[in-house]
Amino acid sequence: MPDAALLETRGLKRHFAVRGLLNRRIGTLRALDGVDLAVEAGEVLGIVGESGCGKSTLGKTIMGIHQPTEGEVRFAGVRVAAPGHPRPKSLRARLQYVYQDPGASLDPSWTLRRSMHEPLVIHTDLSRGQREERIREIIAAVGLPVTHLDLYPHEISGGQQRRIGLARILCLGPRLVILDEPTSGLDVSVQAAVLALFRELRERFGLTYLFISHDLAVVRSMCDRVAVMYLGRVVEIAPAAELFAAPRHPYTRALLAAAPRIGGPRVTENFTLQGEPPDPSEIPAGCRFRGRCPLAAPVCAEEPALDFTGPHGAACWRWREAARLPSAASSS
Amino acid sequence: MAEILAVRDLALGFHTETGQARVLDGVNLTVRPGEIVGLVGESGCGKTTLAGAILGTLPKSITWVSHGSVSLAGADMLAGNGAEEVRGRAVTFIPQDPFASFNPLFRIGTQVMDLMRWKSPRRRPGRRFYSLARRRADRDAVIAMLEAVQLPQPARLLQKYPHELSGGQRQRVMIALALLPEPRLVIADEPTTALDVTVQAQILGVLRRLAVERGVAVLFTTHDLGAAWEICDRIVVMYAGQTAEIAPREEFFTAPRHPYTRLLLRSLPEEGRHPVGIPGNVPSPLAPPPACRFHPRCPRATGICRSQRPVLGGASGHLYACHHPEEGLLDA
Repeated sequence: MPDAALLETRGLKRHFAVRGLLNRRIGTLRALDGVDLAVEAGEVLGIVGESGCGKSTLGKTIMGIHQPTEGEVRFAGVRVAAPGHPRPKSLRARLQYVYQDPGASLDPSWTLRRSMHEPLVIHTDLSRGQREERIREIIAAVGLPVTHLDLYPHEISGGQQRRIGLARILCLGPRLVILDEPTSGLDVSVQAAVLALFRELRERFGLTYLFISHDLAVVRSMCDRVAVMYLGRVVEIAPAAELFAAPRHPYTRALLAAAPRIGGPRVTENFTLQGEPPDPSEIPAGCRFRGRCPLAAPVCAEEPALDFTGPHGAACWRWREAARLPSAASSS
Repeated sequence: MAEILAVRDLALGFHTETGQARVLDGVNLTVRPGEIVGLVGESGCGKTTLAGAILGTLPKSITWVSHGSVSLAGADMLAGNGAEEVRGRAVTFIPQDPFASFNPLFRIGTQVMDLMRWKSPRRRPGRRFYSLARRRADRDAVIAMLEAVQLPQPARLLQKYPHELSGGQRQRVMIALALLPEPRLVIADEPTTALDVTVQAQILGVLRRLAVERGVAVLFTTHDLGAAWEICDRIVVMYAGQTAEIAPREEFFTAPRHPYTRLLLRSLPEEGRHPVGIPGNVPSPLAPPPACRFHPRCPRATGICRSQRPVLGGASGHLYACHHPEEGLLDA
């Protein structure tokens, strides 16, 4: 990857201790186990995978909520996180994290104006008047009337709270925003509006998104590139259109095959992937997907690295053979 | 064919501190033996209340039924003790969150056998004594059922505690529990929303196969239209406590007539087009709009929609409640 990448992770690992009786360390949960990613300025990179695959840990480690166990995170060419490396304060405003419901972070006893001023007070030297001006601009951008600033969180709807939460994040002028499952639990009609808002804000403020989601349909409609994670590793990364049209890794193929396609055949009738992902504290040796993989062979006892052709990489020894097999995973 | 479940023009609500919440307002729904019916709608549309009404589990002290009837296998579920006889035998329930439904302190086997003691099809009514012969027969039935839902080593599984099972395994046990009393109708309340997509495909496959094999009818409530496509024969759409449309699966997804159904389907994220969403919010049941409850958000609403409730009409199994139904195929 060229050094123009806005955000880069190199061999990023994050392990958690598993403790048993008397707080003795009895194992290691390898939530992230060597992730190399590069996010270009202006793109939307999707991270997909099932629960427990480490996608949220990745977001939190990049954000600095977790310290990496090994490896490093570079932001605009500068190292910002590594084991024992203090995190530059100036970074906080540049890199922002959006939880599932950004409205839930509003203080119920503060007016929305006070909540909006808070991040600017902490991170900038602007005068009160300048702050107010900036806030009004952002509030209009997220589609709320300025009069709402005098209200309390309980006086506005959940959707409006969500907009205020986003406005708070945007008023610092971040360059990269990590969206962690921003649409899970939403009805489709609301989800459509939220996605439209994300698109609009991205264009208006020139944002780069790291879009973490388990919803393949949402990722497909939203992202430029997609990385698929399985048990703490990226198993496939490709431009979104290519990944969905011609998936290479058997896990990606199974994941795509499992998603219901309205108008297509019922996938439940010939879905073959058995079992569930193993516990991340007991990761199998060699290729992590080996135990569930229909193509597993002796060569898989060694862990594969991402094998790139152009921008499309898959961590599988046998993807070239797999690509020739007719598969239920081929999505139209 | 005689219906196993018939909900006719059901209207009910709850007494709350802030007034009467009119949650269901004229719901019509039938389920025939062996049929899988999807009950689709956004959160707050009354799906769970309807499920509660069918099971007869709504809290009696605050529920008020203004008109309508629910008859299940010939029993009136709204009056007297009809529900007590039927619940757990002729009709069973699969909850959304399988973890909350197990007692964490008892082994799976203990909890399953407790159910079989009272709800086994081999139990003669009124008998309290649990004979050894029946206990053996019940245990064999349990093992056979756990194998049918594709749980490996069922005898060992019965020795485990709920926390030792993964989410997918717990939901499989729940399906087994729901089918063991040999019911005629299973009500599944969003059984896969808490699960990953590959596990969802497995679970939906098991549920559909067992229901078809055993001729059990399923009422499957969901807000996930993809899951509804996977499993249902017929789909019922609810909006704010009113039945909006009832259609066979194919017709529902290709040529829906109700404007709400169309907007819902167009809100799904899909490649090559941005989802539209539905402006506005689901109305509060405390102050529902008069007549057709969808009119404030409907692009086709006219004067008649505000003054007169549309009746459920249509032909050949495709019914819709709308004054201005849309024509033709849904343009994707």
